[in-house]
Amino acid sequence: GASIPWRASLMKLSRTAKIGLVSCHPEVYEPCDDSFALVDALLADREHLIEHRPRLCMELGCGSGYVISSLAIMLGELGCGVHYFATDINPDAAQVTRETLEAHGLHAEVISTDIASGLQKRLAGMIDVVVVNPPYVPTPEEEVGCKGITASWAGGENGRTVIDRIFPIADELLSEKGWLYMVTLTANNPTQVCRMMKEKGYASRIVVQRSTEEESLHVIKFWRDGVITNSAEGSDSWF
Amino acid sequence: MRLLTHNMLSCNIKGVADGFPLRLEAEKWAEKEVELNPDFLRHIFPKIEWKALAGAAQVVGYGELPDEADATMLDSDDFLRRFHHALLEIHVEEGALVCPDTGRRFPINKGIPNMLLHEDEV
Repeated sequence: GASIPWRASLMKLSRTAKIGLVSCHPEVYEPCDDSFALVDALLADREHLIEHRPRLCMELGCGSGYVISSLAIMLGELGCGVHYFATDINPDAAQVTRETLEAHGLHAEVISTDIASGLQKRLAGMIDVVVVNPPYVPTPEEEVGCKGITASWAGGENGRTVIDRIFPIADELLSEKGWLYMVTLTANNPTQVCRMMKEKGYASRIVVQRSTEEESLHVIKFWRDGVITNSAEGSDSWF
Repeated sequence: MRLLTHNMLSCNIKGVADGFPLRLEAEKWAEKEVELNPDFLRHIFPKIEWKALAGAAQVVGYGELPDEADATMLDSDDFLRRFHHALLEIHVEEGALVCPDTGRRFPINKGIPNMLLHEDEV
């Protein structure tokens, strides 16, 4: 009896990046509750992701590299049929991501850029999975996109300034069958976010919901409504 | 930075209409073996700007790509091997990407291209 949960947790551990191998830097956001919530959401959806057979996956704002490394580990059985891109506006974060990937024996193409600037034209319609843990903390507008670690959390009014810039870019990047996973905070008004995306033709579902003392996090999955997915998800849109 | 990424990057300065392909300058590069996946190569081939790939491969001393390519060549194992090598096995570690329209240089350090713009370029 007792050994089964233990084995299950060991299995789960082996499907994510190892915290001890995540590189760090004083100006780079370390894996935190929101990073773990996003990885847990990807893990919860792992079987769907495997069946989805993505060829290109991309993380926007990769920070320490914990999430993109975890995604690559959990999709490991797809082997060399899937390739990864990771971007960050903070060059220190891009470097730390590269180190974290290397420590795990993984590879992603890492680019220092603002969201997907310079990539979105040529990668339009090609990305099958986009993952984002955006800067969602409500802050004064002038803190958004600041140098260093501030850019990893400063989200402007209602924490929505960067989130609202990301959606049209993700929409452009996503392939017809593409999926987007995004972390949001209650203060970001996720209901309104989903309604906005519904107007653009996206269905949505909360994959993980988690409340801590300080914040209530949702990881929301978006996909183009009407596109047949390999699961029953077409019917369980949040709205 | 793999040549796949070179093929997907264009100049992002406001007002630059095309900005592709970025001219590759490579000071240091490495080759790392990657398992060949024909399915991935066939999927990505229609999205690749062939001349840009062949040109970038030349810069890093790989002259084994034909000047032009079409989808029928994907039936050839020899072609797939060359395409795979150029696209995924060559990593540019140090160098730059230069905008064909403006001459703006985007540095590549430790394998990471830096596409961040100055305030007056956004």
